[in-house]
Amino acid sequence: MRKLALSDEILLSVQQPARYIGGEINMAIKDPDLVDIRFCMCFPDVYEIGMSHLGIQILYDMFNGRDDVYCERVYSPWTDMDRLLREKNIPLFALESQDPVKDFDFLGITLQYEMCYTNVLQILDLSQIPLHAADRSEDDPIVIGGGPCAYNPEPLAPFFDIFYIGEGETVYGQLFDAYKANKSRGGSRKDFLEAAAGIPGLYVPAFYDVTYGEDGTIADFKPNNPCAPETVTKELVVHMDDAWYIEKPLVPFIKVTQDRVVLEIQRGCIRGCRFCQAGTIYRPLREHSLEYLKDYAVKMLKSTGHEEISLSSLSSSDYSKLPELISFLLEEVKGKGINISLPSLRIDAFSLDVMSKVQDVKKSSLTFAPEAGSQRLRDVINKGLTEEAILSGARDAFLGGWSRVKLYFMLGQPTETEEDMKGIAYLSEKVAETFYDLPVEQRQKRVQIVASSSFFVPKPFTPFQWAKQCTKEEFLRRAWLVRDTFGQMKNARSLKYNYHEADLSVLEGVLARGDRRVAPVIEEAYRRGAMFDSWGERFDNELWMAAFDACGVDPDFYTVRDRDLDEKLPWDFIDAGVSKEFLKREWKRATEETVTPNCRQGCAGCGARVFGGGVCFENQN
Amino acid sequence: MKFIGHLDIMRYFQKVMRRADVDIRYSGGFSPHQIMSFAAPLGVGLLSNGEYLDIEVDSTGSSAEMVRRMNAAMSEGMEVVSFRRLDDSAKSAMSLVAAADYVLAFRPGKEPEDIEAFFRAMADFYAQPQIPVTKKTKSGEKEMDLKPLIYRLERVWAVPYGDGPEVPPAEAKTTISETAGTQTQEPESTDMRLQKPEAAVAQTQAQTDAAAETAESERTQTHGAMKQQKALRVVRSGAVTEPADAVWMQVCTGSTDNVKPELVMEALYDFMGRPLPPFTFQTEREEVYADAGREGSGEGRNLVPLEALGEDIEQTDHYQA
Repeated sequence: MRKLALSDEILLSVQQPARYIGGEINMAIKDPDLVDIRFCMCFPDVYEIGMSHLGIQILYDMFNGRDDVYCERVYSPWTDMDRLLREKNIPLFALESQDPVKDFDFLGITLQYEMCYTNVLQILDLSQIPLHAADRSEDDPIVIGGGPCAYNPEPLAPFFDIFYIGEGETVYGQLFDAYKANKSRGGSRKDFLEAAAGIPGLYVPAFYDVTYGEDGTIADFKPNNPCAPETVTKELVVHMDDAWYIEKPLVPFIKVTQDRVVLEIQRGCIRGCRFCQAGTIYRPLREHSLEYLKDYAVKMLKSTGHEEISLSSLSSSDYSKLPELISFLLEEVKGKGINISLPSLRIDAFSLDVMSKVQDVKKSSLTFAPEAGSQRLRDVINKGLTEEAILSGARDAFLGGWSRVKLYFMLGQPTETEEDMKGIAYLSEKVAETFYDLPVEQRQKRVQIVASSSFFVPKPFTPFQWAKQCTKEEFLRRAWLVRDTFGQMKNARSLKYNYHEADLSVLEGVLARGDRRVAPVIEEAYRRGAMFDSWGERFDNELWMAAFDACGVDPDFYTVRDRDLDEKLPWDFIDAGVSKEFLKREWKRATEETVTPNCRQGCAGCGARVFGGGVCFENQN
Repeated sequence: MKFIGHLDIMRYFQKVMRRADVDIRYSGGFSPHQIMSFAAPLGVGLLSNGEYLDIEVDSTGSSAEMVRRMNAAMSEGMEVVSFRRLDDSAKSAMSLVAAADYVLAFRPGKEPEDIEAFFRAMADFYAQPQIPVTKKTKSGEKEMDLKPLIYRLERVWAVPYGDGPEVPPAEAKTTISETAGTQTQEPESTDMRLQKPEAAVAQTQAQTDAAAETAESERTQTHGAMKQQKALRVVRSGAVTEPADAVWMQVCTGSTDNVKPELVMEALYDFMGRPLPPFTFQTEREEVYADAGREGSGEGRNLVPLEALGEDIEQTDHYQA
C-alpha cells in the first residue's frame, strides 16, 4: 500500500480527507529515485477546484509522458488542514508520493485568477520554501508560475523564480533539458535561471529592474542580466491536433466542481469583446479537427467512466464542425446514461434543438450573456449580441418548453450611463413580456428570469486596459440603481436581480493591473491571515485595506486613476501577439461606439497573425 | 479507501461499471441512474473485507471475467473478489442484512497498559444479563439493551494479510466468555438459498484494503467454542499491520437495529468506568450476513454470508430486459 504523509488521526479530523491522500484513478505512479526531475504541479485553491482544471491535467499527463520526469500534484490545504500542518510543523506534501514539496526540483503554480495570490504564499509557506525567490537556496525547488495571470506577473514577481508566459504545451521540454544539462555540469541555481531566461516565453523576474517616476508610474523597465531578453513573447500551440492531450484524465474519489470529461474543442475566440482578457491572450482561434475530437471523446469516456462530457471553449457556437460533433456524441452516448453538457452556446434554433435532446427542458435554464443593458453600451464593448437575437431566441425557447432564463451583465464598464444601467432591468422585463405575450397554451405557466451583474475589472492586454475602474461606492450605487429599476418593472415578480461583491472586484482590479510595489501588500495581507480570498465568506476586505495602509500603498493608484495611452504599463515587456497599436485602436473605437467585425468576418489586424496559424489562415492555401 | 465516504464510494462504483463496460441497467428518465444498491454503508475510517453491492445487468460475462474486468478498472486498495448471480426474485442485499463481523485492533501506541485486565473486563462486560445503552438517533436519544444484539464478542489474535505466522504465541491464549460461539451456524454447513441460473441480478463482493483471500478457515477453526477455556482463535485482518491481540465481534446489523462497533466499545469503556479515547481502534468489517433462519419457522438465527446467496456464473449470458 502507498504510504500516507498524515496519520489517521489527522485525516479523520478534517473535512474531506480524500483531498490529501491521492491514489485516484489514472494517477501517475513512478519510482522517484528513477527520474531526473521531480515536478510538483499546484493549483492554489482547494482540491475540488484544482482537480477541475483541465490545463493541469494536460501538463501532468504530458510531463509524465517523459521517462525522466515524475510530475505530482498539490492543492491548497483547506483551513482546517492548514491549521493542523502548522501546529504539527508537517511540511506540505505532494499527493502521489506523499513526499514533501520542498524536496522537489520544481514547484509549478498555475495562476488562474488574481484572488488566489495569498494562497500561493500559503503553498510556499506550508511547504517550508522561502517566500522570496531571492532567499531560496540551491536545495529549494525552482518555483514557476503560469496561466492567464502570468500575463501580468509583476505583483507576484518577488515570489517566483520563473514565469511561463503562454500555453504550457510548448517549451517545458526545453526547460527540463536545460535543467538536466545544468545539473550534470554542476551548475548553480543562477546558471539554470540564466539558461531558462534564454528559452522563448520564459520570464525570470530577478533579471529585470524597474524604476518609477515622480508620478508613480514606471519610468524604466529593463534587463539587468545579458541572458534576459527585452521582450518576452507568449508561447502558443500553432496546430491544436499536434499538441499533447489526455487520454486518461484523473478521476477523483470525491465530487469535484468539474466531475466530467472535458473536451477542449478549440482555443481562442473570434469575438473580440473589449473587456475580455481570454479573448486576446488566446488569440488566434485554433480549432481541433472533428476526427481528433471524436477519438478523444470516446477514449476519455472509457478511461474515466464519467457520466457526463462537456465541450470546452470560450464560445462553443463558433466551432465550425459543432453540428457534426454533437450528432456524433449523441449517437455515441445513447443508452449509456451519459449526459452531454454544452456551456457557452449561443441560443438559436440549432442550439435549442440540441439542448432539448440532451437536457430536461423543464428543469434547465437558458443562459444569455448580453454583458450590457443597452445596445449603445454593447457596441462600446463590442458584444455582438443584439436585443432582437435575445428576444427571438427566448421566444423560441419558451415555445419549446423552457421557462427559466439567466442573464449575465457587467456593471461599471467604460462610458456607462444611467440609461445603460436601467437597461439591465428593461431588457429583463422585455424577456418576461416575450413570455407572457405567448398564448397560455403554448408556454409554461410562469417564467423565472434571473439577472446577475458582476463588476467590471479592467485587465491587461485588453482594449480596456487603460480604463478607470469604479470605486466600491460607485459600484454599489450603480447596483442599487439597477435593483430599484427592477422593482418598478411590471413583471417584477418574475424577475430576480443579483450583484457580486464590490470590494472584492476593487481588490481584483489592484492585483490585475498592479506592479511590483503591490507584492509587499499581498505578503502583508497573507501574514495578517488572508487566504482563500476568492471564497466570499473567507474574504476580509478590512484586513486587506489594513495591509495597504501598513505598506503605504494606495489602491486607488491602480484602479481609479486615468492612465495615459503612452504610460509604460507593468506588462508592456510581454508580447502577447496582439499589438499595443491594435489595443489603442480598439479603445478609440469603443469610445466612438463602433463595433469591430469578428475574425471570420474580416481581419482587424490585431497582430496575432504573426504566429502563423489558426483562424487567420483558415481557407487560405 | 477508508477515507472515502459512502456516497463517494457509490459514485466510484458507478464509474467502475462504465470503465469495465458492465452492461448495467439504467432507470428511465432524463437523468438515468444505474440500478445499484449497497448492502450496508460503511463509515469513514473503517476498513472492510466484506462489502456487498447488488446491480442489475442486461448481460454478463462469467464471474471470473467480470471480476477481472472490474479489477482492471479499480484503484489500489479496492478489489472485487466475487461476482455472483442472484435470482430475479431475490431480495436486495440491503433488505437482507442481519449481522456483521468486525475486528477492532488497538492502533499502535493506543494499547491498554494491562491488556489482560482489558480482556477480563470485556468478558465480564459481555457476561452481564443486560447491557443498557443510550443511542443517539435523529429524533433524540433512545434507551436500548445491547446484549441481545451482540451475538459474539471475543478476544482474538489478529494477523495481517499475506504470508506470515498464523499460530498465535502462547500468551495470546485467553479466556473467552461462556456465551461465545454458540449461535452462529458456519457457512460450510448452511443450507444456502441457491438461485436459478435465469437470474439477472449479479452480486459482487468488494474487498477493501485487503488481499484477495478471505481467511474463512481461520475464522472458524475453533468453532464449537470451549467454555471457560483458553481459545486459540486467529483472524486475518487488515486492521493490523503486525500480529496483535484484538477484539472480534459479531453484531446485529441492518435497518432496524444497526449496532455500530464503536457503540459496543463505548459501552465497554463505560462499564470499565472511563471514556473511550478517540482513535483507540482501527476497525475492519470482515463479513456481512443475511439471516436464513427467520423466515417462517421462528427458530434461531441462521447467519449466512451474503456471498453464499448466489451462484457462480460460468459463461457469458444475456437477459431479456
